[in-house]
Amino acid sequence: MNTRAKTGTQSSVPVQGGVGQALAHDSGHLHVSGGALYTDDIPEPRNLLHVAIGTSAHPHAKLKKVDLAPVLAAPGVVAVLGAEDIPGENNFGPVLADDPIFSPGLVQYVGQSIFAVAAHSYTEARRAARLAKIDYELLEPILDPEEAVRRQSFVLPTETISRGDSRKALRKALHHLQGKLKLGGQDQFYLEGHIAMAVPREDGDMLVYSSTQHPGEIQHKVAHALGKTSKDIVVECRRMGGAFGGKESQPALFACIAALVAQQTGCAAKVRLDRDDDMIMTGKRHDFVVGYEVGFDDEGRIQGIEFEYAARCGMSADLSGAVNDRTMFHSDNAYFLENVTIVSHRCKTHTVSNTAFRGFGGPQGMYAIEYVVDEIARYLKLDPLAVRKTNFYGTDDRNVTPYEQTIEDNILHELVAQLEASGDYAERRSDIAEFNAASRFLKRGIALTPVKFGISFTATHLNQAGALLHVYTDGTVHLNHGGTEMGQGLFTKVSQVVAEELQIDIDRIKITASDTSKVPNASATAASSGSDLNGKAAQLAARTVKDRLREFAAEHFAVSADAVEFRNNRVQAGKQTVSFTELVNLAFFARVSLSSTGFYRTPKIHYDRKTFSGRPFYYYAYGAAIAEVVVDTLTGEYRVIRVDILHDCGKSLNPAIDLGQVEGGFVQGMGWLTGEELWWNDKGELKTHAPSTYKIPVCSDLPVDFRVQLLESAANREETIHRSKAVGEPPLMLALCVFHALKDAVAAAADYRASPHLDAPATPEAVLRAVDELRARGTAQPERQTG
Amino acid sequence: MPVTDKRRADPQLQAVRFLLDGEIVSLTDIDPTRTVLQYLREDLRRTGTKEGCAEGDCGACTVVLAEPDQSGQGLRLRAINSCIQFLPTLHGKQLLTVESLVAADGTLHPVQRALLDCHASQCGFCTPGFVMSLFALYKSQPDATRRDIDVALAGNLCRCTGYRPIVDAANTMYSYAAASETDGDWTHRAGGSAGDQERVICRKLVELADDSTLSLTSGDKRYFAPRDINTLAELVENHPDACILAGGTDVGLWVSKQLRELPTLIYTGDVADLQTVTTDDACLDIGAGVTINDAVPHLLEHYPEYEELFLRFASPPIRNAGTLGGNIANGSPIGDSMPALITLGTRLELRKGKTTRELPLDEFYLAYQETALQPGEFVTRIKIPLPESGREVRSYKISKRFDQDISAVCGAFSVELDGSRVRDIRIAYGGLAATPKRALECEQALLAHDWNEASVQAAMAMLDRDYAPIGDMRASDEYRRKVGKNLLYKFYLETSGTSDVASVYEYAR
Repeated sequence: MNTRAKTGTQSSVPVQGGVGQALAHDSGHLHVSGGALYTDDIPEPRNLLHVAIGTSAHPHAKLKKVDLAPVLAAPGVVAVLGAEDIPGENNFGPVLADDPIFSPGLVQYVGQSIFAVAAHSYTEARRAARLAKIDYELLEPILDPEEAVRRQSFVLPTETISRGDSRKALRKALHHLQGKLKLGGQDQFYLEGHIAMAVPREDGDMLVYSSTQHPGEIQHKVAHALGKTSKDIVVECRRMGGAFGGKESQPALFACIAALVAQQTGCAAKVRLDRDDDMIMTGKRHDFVVGYEVGFDDEGRIQGIEFEYAARCGMSADLSGAVNDRTMFHSDNAYFLENVTIVSHRCKTHTVSNTAFRGFGGPQGMYAIEYVVDEIARYLKLDPLAVRKTNFYGTDDRNVTPYEQTIEDNILHELVAQLEASGDYAERRSDIAEFNAASRFLKRGIALTPVKFGISFTATHLNQAGALLHVYTDGTVHLNHGGTEMGQGLFTKVSQVVAEELQIDIDRIKITASDTSKVPNASATAASSGSDLNGKAAQLAARTVKDRLREFAAEHFAVSADAVEFRNNRVQAGKQTVSFTELVNLAFFARVSLSSTGFYRTPKIHYDRKTFSGRPFYYYAYGAAIAEVVVDTLTGEYRVIRVDILHDCGKSLNPAIDLGQVEGGFVQGMGWLTGEELWWNDKGELKTHAPSTYKIPVCSDLPVDFRVQLLESAANREETIHRSKAVGEPPLMLALCVFHALKDAVAAAADYRASPHLDAPATPEAVLRAVDELRARGTAQPERQTG
Repeated sequence: MPVTDKRRADPQLQAVRFLLDGEIVSLTDIDPTRTVLQYLREDLRRTGTKEGCAEGDCGACTVVLAEPDQSGQGLRLRAINSCIQFLPTLHGKQLLTVESLVAADGTLHPVQRALLDCHASQCGFCTPGFVMSLFALYKSQPDATRRDIDVALAGNLCRCTGYRPIVDAANTMYSYAAASETDGDWTHRAGGSAGDQERVICRKLVELADDSTLSLTSGDKRYFAPRDINTLAELVENHPDACILAGGTDVGLWVSKQLRELPTLIYTGDVADLQTVTTDDACLDIGAGVTINDAVPHLLEHYPEYEELFLRFASPPIRNAGTLGGNIANGSPIGDSMPALITLGTRLELRKGKTTRELPLDEFYLAYQETALQPGEFVTRIKIPLPESGREVRSYKISKRFDQDISAVCGAFSVELDGSRVRDIRIAYGGLAATPKRALECEQALLAHDWNEASVQAAMAMLDRDYAPIGDMRASDEYRRKVGKNLLYKFYLETSGTSDVASVYEYAR
């Protein structure tokens, strides 16, 4: 872990709000006072129409007859729109054209959009939407990924990554295990549901307010649907009330519908989803069925391994290609897999099309390998942590991933050693064994799991960003970039970068809404890349203006450009000092441009999608966590007693915000693996579609003893923005330790004689089932083959 | 319609009157099922309060209602879910929202400052709700423990922070100096006695209230809020199809989710006779209109064994609005109070017109959401026998999440032993049948038998005769059966002193 001198200024007095400071979120004071405007809070234009969407009641059916006359006749209704009313393209799919805005005749999941109704009030629109008379011709649905594999029903072709000879290695290995794992999906459960408001402008132009991580894509999809071009559409988003990937591709449907209504009626139109509709209509984290075979030696070192993934993609491709690629890329997590084959099926099911969710497929790959490593340890009667360490990537050898990227920045050995010591892992492990031997019904468990997460969009072209920066003559700054604010503190961090670069206090910088007319063609704010990409772009924009000012100052004060220094709201030029504002004023009168764009693209990365090889990731983020749990073996209920986390944020741009990402990501991951269960009935209806039935963690689920540390002196080896590291997604997977601690506690219920079979989410029911199954199995060993 | 008052003769003259912050608001011709949240966001464009779920489960819409306390000198504050609270129920109360807490000069309330300083907001959408729940805690409890904080926040979901900084804010909010004394004193003072401003508010609220029935008409819709039980009985008998509205924690969803029209509403929340709690030698007698939060301390005074059950019962905003009578009368198969109350031998007092009758609670439930209530009849009182010496009682709730979840299974047990022999036993479960239901076969298998492992195991098997549970999104039928049996076993273990059995919740504290 190399430390480096602070980049940028050498000033002894830092500017207010420069990088590395634990500033509050830029909107914090608005959040707590109710003053932060979300899309639904924006003052509504006169004659605004409220839009509700009529949806499919069946998972797979042809629409024989759709009678919307009763909808149109309902009180307050102004307009009804269906597929035939779309002047442009009837599609909002981000990659393939397989997501119709309104079903043109075939429905493929319960909740699929068929028509929209616009009325004077929200309630009138919702009431009217329920009055449609729709005759369906029912078709047989495929409702789970295993059935899809059997029927060869895929949204995209099956992909394979292979390195070495896994078959041969499996044959030669001393020990052999195989099994099948199931892991559930997860609803994003952003507190602000999907929403868009479209406001017609002159000459057929449209302004769309959308709660979206990807304004540029909304712009494109709306333009296509309206039969317009990008220049005609402006999309704006000041903030989202949470997103987590759920607002990467999904908002396009609602923005398109709002815009279509606005175009047809000439009135502003708002689509705001009720929570139930939001959960039923929009995609979630992919659930998986994973088959595995592994061969290993007496120490648990993996010699050959094969994974076969079947992911529920739902009815369309959406982002499932990239999601499943990332699952394959993270099937190693922290471990060197010399001989490996990873097969990934992208299953088409007649359920909602699954989409991005924090981790973007990575968590599922890491779940699989962590499960297998734990199985190996339990089979060999070794401490799972020892087997984990045995399989860790090396620093100088055993350091090439299955996709042929050499890992150059591995810090896991030191990081895990530090956490193991600070978290008293060994001591607690023996305490727990002692407790469990004496306790009949309550069993405790502990686990330490590592995280290595690749940072960059795997689609290389997305790793670019733009920024726009104006300096006004009063010395204040208008800052805009292509990133979006969903609560992660991106806007705060990017402003800190600009404050640092221009050496002005942060309160001189206005953070402005994401706006497609200011920064064009921006990528989604996703893949944890927000501050890496936009921080650099904004820095470059600021640097351009600063360089112009420097050049001007050198000339004006007759010194060399090297002698001009920006420092804490002042500029020194040789022996003369002026305030930043004074210099800006002088420059203005000398007709120097005070506005600039900035553009950044991530260096070094390259990747061949055909061979699944190259360097898809600029660098990796690391972390590890220990969880301790207690389980009631009579009911399956459990509590998390203590959690220790050590996470690598590089040289943090804002430790308070990064800590928030680590803690929040962990708890969200814990929800995924414990209480958050998506449950469909045999009619393809999601029955967990509201917080009454879908249970995300609450305050009391936070362990009383929660010890979270950011790794110190951990500057990124790569030249990222101020040597920081991306932090949005990686911490989510720290929560794998909670799942494995539960598995450890369940194993204790049968004196660790065998390994329990526990699927995720580990609800109390799943835990009790695992306990009972394990006890019923008695002392039988798992299936064993010797090669 | 009874006509005993001039204003009742002409409903148009009547208005819903309440305080918003310190100002009197008077509303006429309002849809009685308009929610407080709709009123704030759509009518006033006061958008700090958010809609997250419109079913009272996420807390983004949390606001605080203030009413004069028993002394009439100070205020009593309750956090509630504005998304399912109907606007006319504000009559006579003060409504406070996240905006109310900011002083005129922009100074933030200590709760808001603590949240800001602790980095307790990320996306910020849930934050106004947390502000209001913490504000209610701040005002009511000057030295909250982590457990108090967990309880106070059980109805507020945050998806971003993981809660740690919010807990920190709850711990530190008391250390912030109160803001200006002149502005909004009633919001800024922690704990303690009533300030001048609070007395002013109290006086205004007392002036708002009168003894007549609030009667509203809006188009075809009617709303009545009687003040005394005789008027209530008369109204209910005269409008047998009316919807009786108590806390509205279920009725609110009929409107927000099912979009049902409710032409006639009769609100019981202002009926003084339903708000009383009395105790005599034999019985704890709780008015049907007493909120869960107000009823629970009385119940726990006599039955501390139910502490964990009621900690897990819904959330504070729901317990602050929902009534014990409503929980019972609603007839849900998964209401959490009923199994315990059935095993205690609780009786209900029912009223129809001028007639009153009593019924054991376990005879009240006939079929799925069907009760013994006749048209025009309603529950007036819940009569809970006081503890008998030698009787052990427990009730255990099982759900995916500890806090604010709906039971997969809720089991309740009451046993009286004669030496080692079972003299009397009552067992009831929620979640295993279409109604909360006694386990009569299981009880028979234990009655007059020894209270030992063998007889308990045999009785556990009998539960399969008592119940044929369904599987749904909360739990499979297998799990319901299995855990139902294990809860009886757990009860046996806890009452026979044979084991180290304990609650994971208590263990992890």
